[in-house]
Amino acid sequence: MDIVFEQVNFTYQPNSPFEQRVLYDINMTIKEGSYNALVGHTGSGKSTILQHLNALLKPTSGNVKIGERTITPETNNKNLKPIRKKVGIVFQFPESQLFEETVGKDIAFGPKNFGVSEEDALELAKEYVTLVGLDESFLERSPFDLSGGQMRRVAIAGVLAMEPEVLVLDEPTAGLDPKGRKDMMAIFEHLRQAKQMTIVLVTHSMDDVANYADYVYVLEKGQLVKDGSPEEVFQNVQWLQEKQLGVPTAAAFAKRLEEKGMSFKQLPLTASELADELVARGGDTNNE
Amino acid sequence: MMNKLILGRYIPGNSLIHRLDPRTKLLTSFYFIGIIFFANNWQSYLLLGLFTIFCIYLSKIDFGFFLRGVRPLLWLILFTVALQVLFTSGGEVYWEWGVFQVTAFGVQNGIFIFCRFVLIIFMSTLLTLTTPPLELSDAIEFILRPLNAINFPVHEISLMLSIALRFVPTLMDETEKIMNAQRARGVDFSEGNLIQKMKAVIPLLIPLFVSSFNRADDLATAMEARGYQGGEGRSKYRILHWHKKDTVSICSYALLTVALIYLRA
Repeated sequence: MDIVFEQVNFTYQPNSPFEQRVLYDINMTIKEGSYNALVGHTGSGKSTILQHLNALLKPTSGNVKIGERTITPETNNKNLKPIRKKVGIVFQFPESQLFEETVGKDIAFGPKNFGVSEEDALELAKEYVTLVGLDESFLERSPFDLSGGQMRRVAIAGVLAMEPEVLVLDEPTAGLDPKGRKDMMAIFEHLRQAKQMTIVLVTHSMDDVANYADYVYVLEKGQLVKDGSPEEVFQNVQWLQEKQLGVPTAAAFAKRLEEKGMSFKQLPLTASELADELVARGGDTNNE
Repeated sequence: MMNKLILGRYIPGNSLIHRLDPRTKLLTSFYFIGIIFFANNWQSYLLLGLFTIFCIYLSKIDFGFFLRGVRPLLWLILFTVALQVLFTSGGEVYWEWGVFQVTAFGVQNGIFIFCRFVLIIFMSTLLTLTTPPLELSDAIEFILRPLNAINFPVHEISLMLSIALRFVPTLMDETEKIMNAQRARGVDFSEGNLIQKMKAVIPLLIPLFVSSFNRADDLATAMEARGYQGGEGRSKYRILHWHKKDTVSICSYALLTVALIYLRA
């Protein structure tokens, strides 16, 4: 299921003194099965774009094609459930959406809303609670007794249990410790491979972008200023630094090596690419 | 949903009304609501109407906002007016059907009640549109201060008030956020019958309460850590200043009152 944005503009509270335009002529195509990263400063419109992906917001002008459905400014608010079943969104700090008495019920809440029977939903809860790295003993506990990191996992499991085709993640690792961060990212990568999920990730961590994404969109003040594969986008280190967006640690390090006289055909983006490159060169010098 | 609510919002500006002392605005607004009940003929209503329109003109705010402020209350107003018109007896009878009758007095009363409602809403909208909430709570604290003498906890009340006002937009954002998150999980807030709708609110209310508790906890800790010990011995950062224009506006109200008494039938 592809998601296509055509000339999408969006304004909050149009025709009032609080009017605020946030998106300008966005054109983008999110292909089925791809891993997309959305980067940009806070307030650049990333979260607004996310809410267009499952029709929580409708464009002020232009249209968004989500699979078979086309969302235009005139689209009625009814019958949007099928879209929301297919596009699962994990919002920032999703732990604030927990409300049920037990973790199991909370995870089962989403699937039940989309018509899965009670038993099957609890079965799904069991499956996904283990997937996010908690064990089944958590199912009977109250979500409010858990630690922040565990609550986050439960909330993410609640979205995953809906088994969406497209998974949208708004800074899923913000505020997690380094291990939690790594685990989470690994879970998403695993899901993508196991279920051919499409992933849209909003993040400030360029390392995550370099490690996982196949396509990057750079947003600035509501405009799409650059898009392409991470290799293309991260080559121009200077441009990114001018925009104060940062580059992956490996690329920044390689850039400094370049300044000291080493030259790369293409800047390595991940630590392992950089290591491979350096080992290869090390090999060269040894041979000489 | 909440974007349509105009009543109780502040629109930044730099008009004469914006720059008035909040105490003046608060007191005169209440006073206006008081004296509106003195008006009892069309001349006096005309005077009050002109006065209100003059104040709105001074605030330099688009008149449309005031009309939008009336809109949510329109049905209540029309209902009250209808009751007045249908059940007041006296004067010439235009139309009669059982207990219902439309009389000259009834029509007149209906029109007066309508004017009264609209003017009160206009004036209170003017107050909130031109006064930032924090200034308003400062003004309330100042006005309540005499109550300290009877051991009324003025400081605590005004602290609660300013914290509450400060968190209204935060909680609104939070509500919006949780609503979106639950919508993405398949909750429909607008569909279904009354019971289904009420059930749909639970996934919104519980997280809101929980986050309010957490927020209160964090805020209390942060306040204590910054040395807050209660109201005694605190100095003030925002100090209200009384200017000549405030005296002038109070005087204009005195004139209005005199004229109103003169015009009263």
